[in-house]
Amino acid sequence: MSIDIETARKVAHLARIKVEEDRLPALAHEFNDILGFIEQLNEVDVEGVEPMTSVTPMRLKRRVDEVTDGNQQEKVLKNAPDAREGFFAVPKVVE
Amino acid sequence: MLDHIAYEAPAPKVIAGAKEDWELVIGMEVHAQVSSNAKLFSGASTQFGAEPNSNVAFVDAAMPGMLPVINEYCVEQAVRTGLGLKAEINLVSAFDRKNYFYPDLPQGYQISQLYHPIVGEGEVIVDMSPGVARLVRVERIHLEQDAGKSIHDMDPNMSFVDLNRTGVALMEIVSRPDIRGPEEAAAYLTKLRQILRYLGTCDGNMQEGSMRADVNISICRPGQYEKYMETQDFSHLGTRCEIKNMNSMRFIQQAIDVEARRQIAIVEDGGTVTQETRLYDPDKNETRSMRSKEEAHDYRYFPCPDLLPLEIEQGWVDDIAAGLPELPDAKKARFMGDFNLSEYDASVLTADTASASYFEAVAEGRDGKLAANWVINELFGRLKKEDHDITESPVSPAQLGGIIALISSDAISGKIAKELFEIVYTEGGDPAEIVEARGMKQVTDTGAIEAAVDQIIADNPAQVEKARENPKLAGWFVGQVMKATGGKANPKAVNELVAKKLAQ
Repeated sequence: MSIDIETARKVAHLARIKVEEDRLPALAHEFNDILGFIEQLNEVDVEGVEPMTSVTPMRLKRRVDEVTDGNQQEKVLKNAPDAREGFFAVPKVVE
Repeated sequence: MLDHIAYEAPAPKVIAGAKEDWELVIGMEVHAQVSSNAKLFSGASTQFGAEPNSNVAFVDAAMPGMLPVINEYCVEQAVRTGLGLKAEINLVSAFDRKNYFYPDLPQGYQISQLYHPIVGEGEVIVDMSPGVARLVRVERIHLEQDAGKSIHDMDPNMSFVDLNRTGVALMEIVSRPDIRGPEEAAAYLTKLRQILRYLGTCDGNMQEGSMRADVNISICRPGQYEKYMETQDFSHLGTRCEIKNMNSMRFIQQAIDVEARRQIAIVEDGGTVTQETRLYDPDKNETRSMRSKEEAHDYRYFPCPDLLPLEIEQGWVDDIAAGLPELPDAKKARFMGDFNLSEYDASVLTADTASASYFEAVAEGRDGKLAANWVINELFGRLKKEDHDITESPVSPAQLGGIIALISSDAISGKIAKELFEIVYTEGGDPAEIVEARGMKQVTDTGAIEAAVDQIIADNPAQVEKARENPKLAGWFVGQVMKATGGKANPKAVNELVAKKLAQ
């Protein structure tokens, strides 16, 4: 797989990261280097080896179904650039 | 014990195009909100209608450094749902990130289960009419986070975002394309909701958005669907379009109909249907392309690095299975067998657990058919008049049972029973005591009835003459006797006596 400038532009847009036009070729190059490294890993024969999901033998931690959090509207909204009447206020987004 | 009564598949819906006949092929993705106290990965409340942004933990708001910890009860609810749909439970499942950008999704991704869902293949038997049902296969159920809510009409230039719903657990229940018409789609959703409510895993409240559906629709020529079923090869079917986010049974049916007709017009015109996401506009009764979604829907799924695989034990699943309640199909079959009810009556009485247990309490040790008639016709009819739910019934099962016992023992006539029901409904009280206190008991004493009959005959010689020539006029005498006895005479006894006396 090879990443061209167009793909780099699209990925940046999907992630909402602003990349200047003249930076795109270098970015595509970096992507290709990363993918190249991963391709190299693909050469390892892992037939029959179970994927390792954690370096420590751990079971996924669970919580009980109890309300232990919330009721902190002020704190939740504190860093918002704009908040009104308890809501986050953002530029209009309508389908 | 019979799990479900025998049924035949319904005929698929056929829509006549300008040139040919077409059939519909429909698959549904139902998002059902899991009934739980706390969210899927945080300890914030799931309560509907709270002050905006008050049910929000820092995990839900995606504050830096916050990590998700799974709510075990939500997992249990998903497993319970899977078992209720006779589905396979995957002891190992995993969470993935579905990436997209939207203001009501602070994480920038939804935690979902694309590659390894917790529940595999199951089924729903969708009842259409007595003896007719469609078996709809369920492909999978996965657990995922709900998004927040955007409100667009509070300000001309801004959208307002409430994160209370962000992170609430959803089950996405994905069906195979086995639904063959708009009515079947609505019936599928109704049946699914009924099962989830029986299980207590989702409240099924569509107004509050607890159940929403994405509907996939394609069209095909008659005969093509059968080829697909034989081979499971989708190339026999048309290109599908997905109508997003519907939460009204009526709109779902309208949207399917109008979307099918749109596709038929395209194909008959020599065009091809483009696979895309569409939105239904009920005001204009049309579907519209959501082009904006197309590019954005490059979700770049990958396994969520914050969560280890979800491993559950067979013993735990078995415990949940052992605690499952009796489900609608089994309950309906049992009611038909134990109480000798018609499929229709049994369906009405098992529509929800509250109605079913009410009926069982009334019918216990009594005539099941009579009890069913009274619960469905009198009680449900009366409750509906006042827009009351069965749980708000002023008449308890014991009281209604009492009325039925009085009818069965011939203590009161059917007509008086209706009056008695009205008294119990509006004033309350013990039916037997009311009958005693108000002298409503049926007169079965033939001596008293005979005296009344004799009196009417003696008072109306002209009518007697006519009735002897035309026996159909005997009904007039019966009516007079009933009137004279205040409606308390046993109608059967009156009929017999009138006939006998007139023949003399």
